[in-house]
Amino acid sequence: MSLQRSDVERIAQLARLAIAEEDVARYSEELSNILNFVQQMAEVETVGVVPMAHPLDAIQRMRPDQVTEVDGRALFQSIAPLAEEGLYLVPKVIE
Amino acid sequence: MHDKTLAELSTGLAGREFSSRELTTETLKRIAALNGKLNAFITITEERALAEADAADARRAAGETGPLLGIPIGHKDIFCTKGVRTSCGSRMLDNFIAPYDATVVTTLGQAGMVTVGKTNMDEFAMGSSSETSFYGPVRNPWDLNAVPGGSSGGSAAAVAARLVSVATGTDTGGSIRQPAALCGITGIKPSYGRVSRYGMIAFASSLDQGGPLAQNAMDCAMLLGAMAGFDPKDSTSLEQPVPDYTANIDAPLAGLRIGLPREYFGEGLDARVDAVIQEAVQTLQRLGAVVKQISLPNTNLAIPTYYVLAPAEASSNLARYDGVRYGYRCEKPRDLQDLYTRSRSEGFGAEVKRRIMIGTYTLSAGYYDAYYLKAQQLRRLISNDFRLAFEEVDVIIGPTSPTVAFNIGEKTADPVTMYLSDIYTIAVNLAGLPGLSMPVGFVNGRPVGLQIIGSYLREGQLLNIAHRYQQETDWHKKMPSGMLG
Repeated sequence: MSLQRSDVERIAQLARLAIAEEDVARYSEELSNILNFVQQMAEVETVGVVPMAHPLDAIQRMRPDQVTEVDGRALFQSIAPLAEEGLYLVPKVIE
Repeated sequence: MHDKTLAELSTGLAGREFSSRELTTETLKRIAALNGKLNAFITITEERALAEADAADARRAAGETGPLLGIPIGHKDIFCTKGVRTSCGSRMLDNFIAPYDATVVTTLGQAGMVTVGKTNMDEFAMGSSSETSFYGPVRNPWDLNAVPGGSSGGSAAAVAARLVSVATGTDTGGSIRQPAALCGITGIKPSYGRVSRYGMIAFASSLDQGGPLAQNAMDCAMLLGAMAGFDPKDSTSLEQPVPDYTANIDAPLAGLRIGLPREYFGEGLDARVDAVIQEAVQTLQRLGAVVKQISLPNTNLAIPTYYVLAPAEASSNLARYDGVRYGYRCEKPRDLQDLYTRSRSEGFGAEVKRRIMIGTYTLSAGYYDAYYLKAQQLRRLISNDFRLAFEEVDVIIGPTSPTVAFNIGEKTADPVTMYLSDIYTIAVNLAGLPGLSMPVGFVNGRPVGLQIIGSYLREGQLLNIAHRYQQETDWHKKMPSGMLG
């Protein structure tokens, strides 16, 4: 298979990545190569095979519904690119 | 002092031959002298290390003992270290000062280990050569033109050059074992869930696993014993007791059943590497092991399966880097969309972007069944191969990597060629099994690693086999020349 320019642009948009105009062709070729490489999966019959999500088929543990974390907001916001009065700042979303 | 093993340093500290302060000072000096050549460390934590060394000496003076008390260690820069930059080899996290410690860092700190720095790695652990780091490539101490393997290449190079006796690594598709092999040291990827993933920056969560890199199996056993164990903060951590991995490390190998998968000795394997591996197998036979040919018929599916599952999980895990809460943020964003897009595009390197794109595509509407679901089914088939094999044999042995270390720049042009260098290690992650790599010889002056794969939670057995082998041979004692500091 071969990804078209429009496919690459759509994937980039979904991934919130910007691909420079001059790089689109290279990405389309590299991604197509990788997808072609993994295409050999399709040749294997897998009807009835249960998908494996965890090596030991473990399930998520439950824990008591108790507050165990201390409030780390100030610490976490101290490493934010832009925060003020406990709020993360981003460009205006609503005019 | 720098060429001593962890066990030897431990004895020296216990016998008051030297203090942790002296050992740490020597270690920092050696790192300062050689890191310019190797680029093995991204960050050197001198102040923290000296403070921790003094604390360890004080604990010892107060009567405390403990095999790891006062021993310097390097942590792969994927483990969060409170108050210290944790970059994951990425521009995205170049300014990220971790607000907490990873459980592995906490546990080893409590055991008295001294953190001397954060080791270099492929960006977000995505790579097999440690060339994709934002901080530049790591160099192999055996040959500065060669890659050290990856993604834990900084840790492997640091141990191989005897900058530290031990370091931590992580392994998603071979990232402990392959660099251990290419740098001539010993490393073990434990069973999935054995070592806590809390505070270990996520790449592919169903495959990621932390583990030790060291000069030999005994040191790996000592370090793994302290790293392993149940952690309620990791939702996939195994609730299993941790054995003393050093207790049975001397057990004889008589009657041990070794399986050699024919798929691991076929096309693609360098004939010279093959010859070195066969010789090591003969040594194990002399020690009493019985060798049997086996088959892992779905081996050829491991790489395609991995390169669907790992990028899919990565694309989801790396969605958190949005330029808002922490990490890199672009200059003067026009609007929110521009903030996200430019922060991510400028913050991530080429290989990371490629994998995010692949993962985004395979998880997108209409493609999920053909890629992700299919890959999860193949993962089951690959895992079943191992399950059947372990009904016939105790462990599986083969090369860790099809070739010795390749040259820097040799495989960067074609991502698929690079992916193929992980052919023998990836299936082990898909199945969640423990795997160990140890040095067994050289080809053209570059080390060859042998991989031992065990059944679930059989880390002790792998360490036992490697240790017995290392009692008979001295490959693990070989040191690269030119690392005199």
